[in-house]
Amino acid sequence: MSAGDAMHPGLNLGQTDAETHARAGHDLFGFWIFLMSDAVLFALLFATYGVMLRGTAGGPGPADVYKLLTAFVETVVLLTSSFTFGMASISLKHARGIAPITAWLGVTLALGLAFLAMEYNDLATMVGDGAVPARSGFLSSFHALISLHGLHVLAGCLWIVVMLVQLCVFGRDGRVKINMLRLGLFWHFLDIVWVAIFSVVFLQGLAR
Amino acid sequence: MTGAALLGRLGWQSLAFVRAWQDPSLNTLIAAGAAALVVIGAVAVVALITLRGQWRRLWREWFTSLDHKKIGIMYVALSFVMLARALAEAVLMRLQQATAINAPGVVDAEHFAQLFSTHGTIMIFFMAMPFLTGLINYVLPLQIGARDVSFPLLNAISLWLTAAAAGLMMASLVVGRFSTGGWSGYPPFTETGFSPGVGPDYWIWAVTLGSIGSTLTGLNFATTIYKKRCTGMTVMRMPLFVWTSLCTSILMIFSMPALTVATALLALDRYLGFHFFTNALGGNMMNYANLFWLFGHPEVYVLILPAFGIYSEVVSTFSTKELYGYASLAIATIAIAVLSFTVWVHHFFTMGQSANINAVFGIATMAIGVPTGVKIYNWIWTMFRGEVRFTVPLLYALAFMMTFVLGGLTGIILAFPPLDYLVHNTLFLVAHFHNMLIPGLLYGLLAGYHYWFPKAFGFRLDERWGRVSFACWVVGFYLAFMPLYVLGAAGMARRSSEVLEPAFRPWLLVAGAGALVLAAALAALFVQLWVSVRHRRANVVPAGDPWDGRALEWSVSAPPPEYNFAVLPHVAGRDPFHDAKRKGTAYAEPVRYAPIEMPRNSAVGPILGALGGWAAFALVWQIWWLAAATVIGMIATVIARSFVRDVERTIPAETVARIERDWHETLARSAPTTRDFETTAINRGLAQVLA
Ligand code: HEM
Ligand SMILES: [Cu+2]
Repeated sequence: MSAGDAMHPGLNLGQTDAETHARAGHDLFGFWIFLMSDAVLFALLFATYGVMLRGTAGGPGPADVYKLLTAFVETVVLLTSSFTFGMASISLKHARGIAPITAWLGVTLALGLAFLAMEYNDLATMVGDGAVPARSGFLSSFHALISLHGLHVLAGCLWIVVMLVQLCVFGRDGRVKINMLRLGLFWHFLDIVWVAIFSVVFLQGLAR
Repeated sequence: MTGAALLGRLGWQSLAFVRAWQDPSLNTLIAAGAAALVVIGAVAVVALITLRGQWRRLWREWFTSLDHKKIGIMYVALSFVMLARALAEAVLMRLQQATAINAPGVVDAEHFAQLFSTHGTIMIFFMAMPFLTGLINYVLPLQIGARDVSFPLLNAISLWLTAAAAGLMMASLVVGRFSTGGWSGYPPFTETGFSPGVGPDYWIWAVTLGSIGSTLTGLNFATTIYKKRCTGMTVMRMPLFVWTSLCTSILMIFSMPALTVATALLALDRYLGFHFFTNALGGNMMNYANLFWLFGHPEVYVLILPAFGIYSEVVSTFSTKELYGYASLAIATIAIAVLSFTVWVHHFFTMGQSANINAVFGIATMAIGVPTGVKIYNWIWTMFRGEVRFTVPLLYALAFMMTFVLGGLTGIILAFPPLDYLVHNTLFLVAHFHNMLIPGLLYGLLAGYHYWFPKAFGFRLDERWGRVSFACWVVGFYLAFMPLYVLGAAGMARRSSEVLEPAFRPWLLVAGAGALVLAAALAALFVQLWVSVRHRRANVVPAGDPWDGRALEWSVSAPPPEYNFAVLPHVAGRDPFHDAKRKGTAYAEPVRYAPIEMPRNSAVGPILGALGGWAAFALVWQIWWLAAATVIGMIATVIARSFVRDVERTIPAETVARIERDWHETLARSAPTTRDFETTAINRGLAQVLA
């Protein structure tokens, strides 16, 4: 197999680093499987949400608690962060030094944290209005789904911090590259899950 | 700090000993006795290791090892310990039902409920899962011609998480009480409203740790099979055990998350007052039933498929014949795996969905019988006109085929919703699933244990004690479980701590006797191990091929070198080692040896296991500071590990050459054995090849 072959879906290191490229085919495959398993977690929480949508128990329903504007801004922020991560990946492959990578990663981190802050603010407002998870089955499932995604984003942010440190310590060695590829998949995956949350939870919740 | 902040819900009353002291009765004394066994056992093991000065060696060569073979052996050792406990509990339950006929029996109702909950949970998650994971771990890389699994460190982490979860099960005997909600933990009974104690929390966290470990295991095995097969091993040339391991792994990857979600949501209900499965405020218990069985049914195939793989290997080897209908076996395995996701509702036909839905799931359930039947025929045809050798593994395979078909037939009865309405929640069901699990899982794993033991340790297991144990497992099974079909059809409910119908007595006595025979079977298995270790010199098979094996694992020494293959093999057919022996190309010495890179040992596995175990314990007892500290510790460990760059170790070419030459000298010294003498001391692991 020549170094130019695409070994897995996603960014391939092909022409620039054949050795790591070969190893990535293997390591990233494992990470794709992990993401599939993780996707099942989300799928089941979506299903649970669907089941519990009517279980409002006389408490607030979707239309009472969802705010489309902030959810939309959050979506834009997260989508932008996927774009900036993409830029980081491309500079990982082509740029000479680590400066562009760390810069793009830094922007991604800032956007991720901004997303978390806004989401936290939303949830805090809801809790302040009495829309706490213990109020009803519907609110339980909503909070669980959103928080699981939020926890994933938090983990992603922590991971970015670790990668920033490793880039400074090790430069772009093989393991840093592979972990960057993994982190990339993870980050885009979270974005996709959020798009699903935005459409299934927020848009549908307000449309009914 | 106040006591509650420091120790959460933990108090003197939590100790089984204190409860027995304050209120001595047969019931509390049995509980204290079991707790004492755990404590004494643990202390004895620690003392023995310390006295013999073996800690350092254990730590260096076993606990921190990333070698798939050692990890596999540790998994199997764990499963034997847990099997002993769960079987003891089964005997106690049989004793209870045999004596509690309009009488109090030996344990009270709450204790009995703990017994069936721990028995079921342990048998599934901490006996069967570690056993099959251990066997796959040991055999899979050898069969596909690889040096290790894809992610050796992850493999160790899975092991230690599983071990921590098993430790939590053991701790529940000594401190606190276990859940009384059965192995399925159905809410709303397991919600705080009905079960305020720590029991369901023990269940939740033990199962959660175990299921995370299994998800990671499945991911690891699947990647290994997809990416690390040696050259020439196309998927249609993989040994059947690899096929079943692959399907089991895929099932683990997709079904374990359902269990994780079920237990996590239940935990949210219990800890933070959410309303997923409560009776009030919009909770919906049916969602739990769906989530649990969305995991639970695929799980039974996670358990059974590896055993099917083992039977395929065993039947073919000991029939001295190529497997009949390889392609159909592989396809049947895939079909079973896919169908296993489409039948979960048959676990709750009676819980209120419409008759049409029940009909669909009933038909889907019966459909699974078809690929399973295909397999049975394949094994029979493999034996047909083969030169069948009735060794212990083959005996298990035979007992399996006959007994499993019986269980399959009662399964078809249960798959028919109107009939299920009559016998659901009775001992008929208990008889049915033990009828599947004991022959279909336990016999299979035991067959694998006998079959691969000489490969792993370099000497054969004692044949005579193996037969004794086999006979007890089979006789005991029929005695213990056939009466339950009768009792169930007569309406005796499962999970009953007291029996009100005197006419059941004879059947319950027979079942009780059967349980004792099963206990004898396990004892015989331990005696066999003891005797075999004592007489190991007479039974060594260093050449590595005691059974005239067919797949690659037999082409290396016994036990294999840590790198498995000095030179990665190349295969050109389905039974590569069998063919090579016939062509005279087996055991060829390479022209020169190259250095081999292997993963360095790592303490990350045991550290994460210990922290995970304590985190779970802290959550059970609501010791928040400890929970926070251990979880932060786990995250810190993972991050710290990501900074370690020196993770590989090179075995120099000279070392490889020395090990391989030693083995080739052994080969040259060994006299080939014909199959007539394979269970005698003549067998040194070199098979006489008759072309
Ligand atoms: C080897 C001898 C075994 C004996 C004598 C035995 C006996 C029993 C008994 C008496 C019960 C309680 C039945 C009741 O509800 O009234 C039970 C339940 C159960 N057993 Fe076994 N068992 C054995 C092996 C196994 C094995 C190998 C497995 C699985 C791998 C297993 C899994 C279970 C499960 C899942 C339950 C249901 C627990 C519950 O009700 O939640 N058992 N067994
Ligand atoms: Cu099922």
